[in-house]
Amino acid sequence: MSRPSDLVQGTLDLLLLKILALEPLHGWAISQRLKLVSGDVLQVSDGSLYPALHKLEQAGWIKAEWKPSENNRRAKFYALTRLGRRQLEKESAEWKRLSMAISTVVQLPEA
Amino acid sequence: MPFERWLHLIPLRLRALFRRAEVDQELDEELRYHIDRQTELNIAQGMTPDAARTAALRAIGGFESRKEELREQRATIVIEHAARDVRYAMRILRRSPLFAVAAVGVLALGIGANAAMFALIDKVVLRPLPVSRPDEIAEIRIDGYRHDFGIGDGFNSELTHPLWQLIRTHPHAFSGMFAWGNTGLLFGDGADRQRINGLWVSGDYFDVLGVPAEHGRLLLESDDHRGCGASAVVLSHAFWQRQFGGSPSVVGATVSILDHRFTVVGVAPAAFTGLEVGRSFDVALPICSVELFGNALEQREYFWLRVMGRLRPQWTIAQASEQMRTISAGLFEATVPPGYSSESTTRYRAYRLTVLPAARGVSQLRANFAPALWVLLGLTGLVLLITSANLATLMLARAVGREREFTVRVALGASRHRILSQAFIESLIVAALGAICALPVAVLSSRAMVGLLSTSSNPVDLAVHLDWRVAAFTGAVAAATAIVFGLLPAIRASLVHPATAVRSTRGLTVDKHRGLAQRVLLVGQVAVSLVLAVAALFFVRSFQNLIGADTGFTQDRVMAVYLADLGAGDLPLEQRVAFQSTLTDEIRSVPGVVAAASSTHTPLSPASWWHSFILSIPGAERTGSPWAYVDPGYFNTLQIPLVAGRGITPFDTAASKRALVVNESFVREHLHGLPAIGTTLRTFAEPGYPATSYEIVGVVRDTTYSDLREGKRAIAFAPLAQDPGLRPWANVLVRTSGPPSMVTEAIKQRVTHLSAGILVGFTELRVQLAERLVGERMLAWLSGGFGVLALAIASFGLYGIVAYLAGGRRNEIGIRLSLGSSRLQIIRLVMGDSLRLVIVGLAIGLPIAIALMRTASALLFGLSATDVGPLAAAVVFLAMAAGVAALIPAWRASRLDPSSALRAE
Repeated sequence: MSRPSDLVQGTLDLLLLKILALEPLHGWAISQRLKLVSGDVLQVSDGSLYPALHKLEQAGWIKAEWKPSENNRRAKFYALTRLGRRQLEKESAEWKRLSMAISTVVQLPEA
Repeated sequence: MPFERWLHLIPLRLRALFRRAEVDQELDEELRYHIDRQTELNIAQGMTPDAARTAALRAIGGFESRKEELREQRATIVIEHAARDVRYAMRILRRSPLFAVAAVGVLALGIGANAAMFALIDKVVLRPLPVSRPDEIAEIRIDGYRHDFGIGDGFNSELTHPLWQLIRTHPHAFSGMFAWGNTGLLFGDGADRQRINGLWVSGDYFDVLGVPAEHGRLLLESDDHRGCGASAVVLSHAFWQRQFGGSPSVVGATVSILDHRFTVVGVAPAAFTGLEVGRSFDVALPICSVELFGNALEQREYFWLRVMGRLRPQWTIAQASEQMRTISAGLFEATVPPGYSSESTTRYRAYRLTVLPAARGVSQLRANFAPALWVLLGLTGLVLLITSANLATLMLARAVGREREFTVRVALGASRHRILSQAFIESLIVAALGAICALPVAVLSSRAMVGLLSTSSNPVDLAVHLDWRVAAFTGAVAAATAIVFGLLPAIRASLVHPATAVRSTRGLTVDKHRGLAQRVLLVGQVAVSLVLAVAALFFVRSFQNLIGADTGFTQDRVMAVYLADLGAGDLPLEQRVAFQSTLTDEIRSVPGVVAAASSTHTPLSPASWWHSFILSIPGAERTGSPWAYVDPGYFNTLQIPLVAGRGITPFDTAASKRALVVNESFVREHLHGLPAIGTTLRTFAEPGYPATSYEIVGVVRDTTYSDLREGKRAIAFAPLAQDPGLRPWANVLVRTSGPPSMVTEAIKQRVTHLSAGILVGFTELRVQLAERLVGERMLAWLSGGFGVLALAIASFGLYGIVAYLAGGRRNEIGIRLSLGSSRLQIIRLVMGDSLRLVIVGLAIGLPIAIALMRTASALLFGLSATDVGPLAAAVVFLAMAAGVAALIPAWRASRLDPSSALRAE
């Protein structure tokens, strides 16, 4: 199974939840949004996007709905569930804790 | 929280399972949408359409493989795989219908036999009574009482009515108590009179048990009072259906029982057939009605009741038992039966009551046959074991045949785990189909077994039907079977190496590891078959020993004529004797009757008669012996030779000196070297039988008294004319010149001509003997059948394995033959290998068989677990069967055409 090589493991879930917390989107739009908001720094391969989305759906954090998209074709839109929102809060708190710890370590003055 | 999660997930998973095509299609659509949008974007950024699409596909990592990955990720994938495996396995099985039908059929028989034994054991031994909270039901009885005091009435003769009257005044441990006894009754009038099973019950019997009425009402406390006479009767559901066609209007009707009119007050529910498992009641009467037929309510020496109660919740069996023990002394002191010698009454006073659990009721069937049933369950288990081993061999052969398929699948990326589960599911399906077919087999064969145990004199009434307990057992056995025969081949299948797919399947010489599993299975089959063959030979031999045991008297063409309701009860003693001898004379004068004699005891009948006595010499000690009152024709009728002195003659009358004829064992056991003739002994008093001095006047050869297993034993014969307690029934033993059935009609006519009211019954001694051996007979027949089956299965398995191993060595055999080996050498080569396995199997099986027979030694008669004869016979049988089974494929291998064998490569 392919794994985002350039992302800390587990952070893809957090990113997806956060993006979907803003508004319901379909898969392609999510990948575009990821590139846009992160200024092309975070490269999520299209290959790993869908397994991650389906995993979140199986976990009950996001739910899917077929709706007409901006080009009038039917597309599968994902939206956050109540459980997903709770999970997002948990994971972002965790992320803040982790990144704070890492930046503290990184900023240690070198002898 | 978890609830909310499942609210999302359940529809999702159900959809994945049951709308698979739709879900797959959506997956397809979702990915296609992404690729299309990405392609559009790529074109917009200046790529050619083709390059744009290729780039989009590459970015997503391949369309089909991405789809597969997403599919595998579903939580329901395990079920999807299982469903696919089931479909695949069904396809494979359909492709080899012969194997499928044979395997399912063999399993249906094997599992069915086990389930049948279980159904029977469950019914007879394990199942609690169909009453409310059966665990609270307990029985109160005399500790260690073996029907060795007073008069008994058979299996349920544990307490007397006077004792019950006292016990019920001490209910502390019990929220309710009741007493019951069973009896044969005559139902109806005149020619339509029929024998039925009656139950005497105390008024609160149904109440305490918590059994509701199906129609009308059941007996109440108020029905059971002194002087009730002929009043209320309750019918069992089965009797109501049989006799009254289930008509509800029977409530309130009067019926005739033993020529008294009773009113039907209600019908018991179908589930409740009484408290004795294996004997159902037809009618239940209040105990007080016994008064119509005698003074059983007052008799202190007449044991005919069982007393039970419902324990209060806070009381344990041990506490209740202790409580009963403490009040025992007073109870027995107050009910000492009159007319007994002081030694006997001392013994009576020492009796103590105890309380035993009775949640499963009581059962003569259980007491007689439970050990045999457990042994048979063990044997059917072994049969199923070798059947499974055999099937495993077949499945292994199939797995080997499909090796190429498995290797290709592994090479194409299937996981070993998937191959294993797929192969195992095939076995599970075979086992499941076998289990389904086993259910009718089980029900039918357990009913057949009930038939085997049932006799005219002791009918077994046991309704065996399919229920969840039997179904659960069958399922469990089937699952265990599938593990035994399916797991090994499945593991074997999953161990293939992808590289072998490209290699040749057949090596030049025998591969030592190839067939290892088969060899182990063969050894196991031979070992278990030996155990079954040994069991078969032992039980068959034991039964032969019993049925053919020398009883010391003639059984051929001898029958016992049972005469009841003589109507002579009112006659004075002298006239009763005269009446009985007239009756015997009448029977003797029937053409075809060679000899006839009347006696209180029929040899080999379960009833027994015992008198305590003491020799009239100084220093003699009290002892006792089986006893029979016989008329002068007895020894002649049964052809028991006289050894010394004289037999019983017509001159031994009520007025003459008391004379006694004893047998040789009696002389050996009791007389201690005294000259037999002329020795006197004195019996101890019993109610109706005052202490009497007898002089021994003759000695006869030994005979068996009532139990074949006891062998010949001491018996004393006293003149019937001197029997102080003549009864309203008589047994006449009749020896005939032709088949006894030829004269029964004539005897019946003579007897009813003499007195119309007499009931006549006939039993041939051979039949009576056979009826007492039904348990042994069942054990012998079934174990014999299992033994033959085991032999056949093992031979079949051996044949298959030898053929398989020989097939694997075709090239080698071809080369050997072309290099000049003789056919005999080839036969030896092929057989030698397998016969070594047989010997190992026999060596393993023999000690197991001996150990098992040792634990079952209580069921053996006339041979011990280490008897060389049957053990050697079993080994020889099995070795011979194995030799033949191995010879056929070996011979065939030796006929191989070397050139074609080598060309096949």
